[in-house]
Amino acid sequence: MTDLHITPLHGLHVELGGKMVAFTGYDMPVQFPAGIMAEHTHTRTKAGLFDVSHMGQVILSGAPMEQISAAFEALVPMNVLGLGEGRQRYGLFLNETGGILDDLMFANRGDHLFVVVNAACKEADVARMRAALEPAITVTYIEDRALLALQGPSAEAVLASLNPAAADMRFMDVATLTLNGAECWVSRSGYTGEDGYEISVPADAATDLARVLLAHGDVMPIGLGARDSLRLEAGLCLYGHDVDTDTLPAEAGLIWAIQKVRRTGGERAGGFPGADAVLAQIDTGAARKRVGLRPEGRAPMREGVEIYAGTEGGEAIGRITSGGFGPTVGGPVAMGYVPRDLSAPGTVVYGELRGKRLPLTITKLPFVAANFKR
Amino acid sequence: MKYTEEHEWLLEEGDLMVVGITAHAAEQLGDVVFVELPEVGTVVTKDEEIVVIESVKAASDILAPLDGEIVEVNPALEENPGLVNEDATGAGWFFKMRVTDASPLADYMDEAKYNAFIG
Repeated sequence: MTDLHITPLHGLHVELGGKMVAFTGYDMPVQFPAGIMAEHTHTRTKAGLFDVSHMGQVILSGAPMEQISAAFEALVPMNVLGLGEGRQRYGLFLNETGGILDDLMFANRGDHLFVVVNAACKEADVARMRAALEPAITVTYIEDRALLALQGPSAEAVLASLNPAAADMRFMDVATLTLNGAECWVSRSGYTGEDGYEISVPADAATDLARVLLAHGDVMPIGLGARDSLRLEAGLCLYGHDVDTDTLPAEAGLIWAIQKVRRTGGERAGGFPGADAVLAQIDTGAARKRVGLRPEGRAPMREGVEIYAGTEGGEAIGRITSGGFGPTVGGPVAMGYVPRDLSAPGTVVYGELRGKRLPLTITKLPFVAANFKR
Repeated sequence: MKYTEEHEWLLEEGDLMVVGITAHAAEQLGDVVFVELPEVGTVVTKDEEIVVIESVKAASDILAPLDGEIVEVNPALEENPGLVNEDATGAGWFFKMRVTDASPLADYMDEAKYNAFIG
């Protein structure tokens, strides 16, 4: 346990009674005294504050913006050149066969791209960007800033009480805002399915900002447990579980993230790692698909549960990649991969739990409707 | 009330034994969302896995604390598994058993010993 990293908010987590666990090399709170269920519900009804400082923050700069965007476009299958100033997009790093190396967010902040990547992948991602982009473009790994997420229907009112400009932002806007005296890089986004913000704040100002946010009656600290159940209900992928190097964007249900300009027939089609395989799967359809699954009854089915077409015999046709109890749904929810011909909503398949095959109904994602401010 | 190192409590009620898990165990598990109870009439052997508790975090097994037969299970847990968190040693009980060998009971802890055990 001694070699775990800590975030700038570690002391605050401990002070607030966080139950600390090792997560991707960091000592992080899995829950606070309120517990996962209460934290989840509070985020959906008021607002939750999350520490996501373990994620990697990277700046791409040192060249004209169009050159930076063009260079980054060669690394991801997204429309980067078409991303306007002050806007953010979801992105993917892919390997040469189209497998997903990481998912990420990138923002056009006027004279640079600001990229946020997953904690477990950040070293590889930074190395990948350095190898591909330097020396023409400067790749700076930001180590002196924390990252907070404020999520939930009260998030706008809470953040606007610190800086009214927060209320003017729309979903996926980014802006530099002074919050509690600190220069913060704010995006109107998150990973819970709720409206909210992600806030990059200087490390030495992070705890004070968190305290000010938590002082608001609507804000509660939220641990990783509720973060997971919130993103699962929102139908969002967890890297390393729902998507990894063995999954291509189309089968993962992420075609929406690849803008038309980069697809077959588009003006800047292809030109990213794995393009042939990725575009072929979009054009011909994937053999399997990521779907939402609702187990019958109350028993959760978690990651690793094998999926079968029938109640007896036969080979497994798929596997659950994320699963648990959905507090807002009020029952178990899961995601996993099934063959395309069994992927229509309403189809019943079976998950094997403790030796018994129990019905799973294919369900449209998300389980809980998103509540973004468009 | 007697306690096992598996964090179960046992309470004699007439000629039956009521079994559940302790408040400490419930707190460690987190919010309980599902309890799979044995069927009434099941004959169980000490240390056999007979209950599965699913919390928001993980699944855990509960062992039969003694040999015997399950004669009643708590019907309220089906609709409201959160009773295990709210009232672990009362309304959150799991099952009642008719014990056929009570001798291991002598080795189980009393409340003071259990409290020392969980520190």
